[in-house]
Amino acid sequence: MQTNTIDRTAKQIVLAVQEYTLFAWRAILNLFSPPIYWTDFLIQSDIIGVGSLSIVVLSGFFTGCVLALQSTATLQAFGATSVTGRFVALTMIRELGAVLTGIMVSGRNASSMASELGSMVVTEQIDAMRALGVDPMRKLVTPRIFACISMLFFLTILSDAFGILGGAAVTVFLNHQNGTQYFSMAWEGLRLRDILQGLVKPLFFGYIIASIGCYHGMKTTGGTEGVGRSTIDAVVTASVLIIVVDTLITQVMLTVF
Amino acid sequence: MNDTLTPLFPSQPPDPEPDAGPVVALCGVSIAFDGPPVLRDITFCVAPGETRILLGPAGVGKSVLLKLVNGLHCPDTGSILLFGKEISRMPEREIFPIRARTGMVFQEGALFDSLTVRDNVAYQLIQESAPDDEIDRRVREALTFVGLEETFSLYPASLSGGMRRRVAIARALIHNPEFLLYDSPTGGLDPVTSTTIIELIVKQRDVYRTPSLLVTHRLQDAFTLCTHRFDPGQGKMVPLPKGHTAPDTTFLMLEEGRLIFDGSLHDLLHTDNAFVREFLE
Repeated sequence: MQTNTIDRTAKQIVLAVQEYTLFAWRAILNLFSPPIYWTDFLIQSDIIGVGSLSIVVLSGFFTGCVLALQSTATLQAFGATSVTGRFVALTMIRELGAVLTGIMVSGRNASSMASELGSMVVTEQIDAMRALGVDPMRKLVTPRIFACISMLFFLTILSDAFGILGGAAVTVFLNHQNGTQYFSMAWEGLRLRDILQGLVKPLFFGYIIASIGCYHGMKTTGGTEGVGRSTIDAVVTASVLIIVVDTLITQVMLTVF
Repeated sequence: MNDTLTPLFPSQPPDPEPDAGPVVALCGVSIAFDGPPVLRDITFCVAPGETRILLGPAGVGKSVLLKLVNGLHCPDTGSILLFGKEISRMPEREIFPIRARTGMVFQEGALFDSLTVRDNVAYQLIQESAPDDEIDRRVREALTFVGLEETFSLYPASLSGGMRRRVAIARALIHNPEFLLYDSPTGGLDPVTSTTIIELIVKQRDVYRTPSLLVTHRLQDAFTLCTHRFDPGQGKMVPLPKGHTAPDTTFLMLEEGRLIFDGSLHDLLHTDNAFVREFLE
């Protein structure tokens, strides 16, 4: 009996991975053949990009503050508080800016995509769209994926910038250190590979957030309860995948550079 | 822009060609979803100008059958010909242009919540980039047809259940469909609103002679469709003389996924099938 359950669960997981792969691949391919819904791309860019600005700016700024506070306490023991700027900038740009932005945007937008598309599925709006001769994959999924990829890229840059500013605020106003020194150390410590690493990650994270959110939304079954389940699954899966993929990309980037 | 800019509801209803093939033909269609088959070996067709009423209790697969006909589900076995084209094994992108020739009214209306009534009704026209003036004119015509001109700028959330169904009918009709599918258009509505919806369906049948497949479990609606006609002079639905029925309106009946009846109202009322008799009683 238990073997049967394990067998069935394993098959379901393999089937879900297969379905997700085909789903995500179709969404990408749609960008290379008409019709392309540019208006929907712009609307989604506004919802994802402009709509997430406040949470990304705030989370980035205060993460920078915390990094500066924590690092100063440690660096003081070695008399190296002058490298706080370098520490904060490297950590934000290489790692935390992209990951934190990804997780914040995932919490806000993967959930909204899953619930919005899920509601459309259970109220037959997706079927109605197909009956009206419009492909929901092209109209709803592809614009969301590409809007999320492009917006996450810029949101990550903003998060990095505000993180560095947050670190500067703590360094100057709480630790009473020199601001110029903070920024010059931050600038001198940065290399092209660090920036590349920080800018490649949001491209993958944006793809994960939107494709997982849309996938769970479009596969919703079981009425309003199913919509809630899809929303939770989308946020959990996207958040975990962001961290897993971050590990893989970091390893690859460190090997390449 | 092509045929999308032709007037909504042409002044002369198209007469079906006498030797034209069926609009829809199903042969040996079966489908299952993670369990026992929902539909088994379904065979029937809809001729040009014909209205077929699909009866059956809740949960026998009526809505699934309707979605199969429109290519929204893919059957496990059997063939489905829509406008003479085999759609059961066709990739979805090739079905879209065929499906655009049909109009479908969903059970709860399935209006897009985020769009106004105008944008809902004009959905297909907007996708085809029709000019705004043309869209507004045709939407107003379609809304006038269903008696809801005043809802032009409203959102679906502010409409009653009956109004939502009527907007859904307007959306299905705006593109001059060659075949109409109604999925329980009166389900959950009060008798007065149900009669309004049935009157619209009778009007579409008798004035524009659009072939259709209508799913319902309400016998009263089915019989009204069969025993009434639309009188353009009076602008309303009137009963046919006693003993007469609409000749092109026939019945299908499902029981546990199987088609157990296919015939006229007379045949339905005089059948020996125990399930049909029980359903009628």
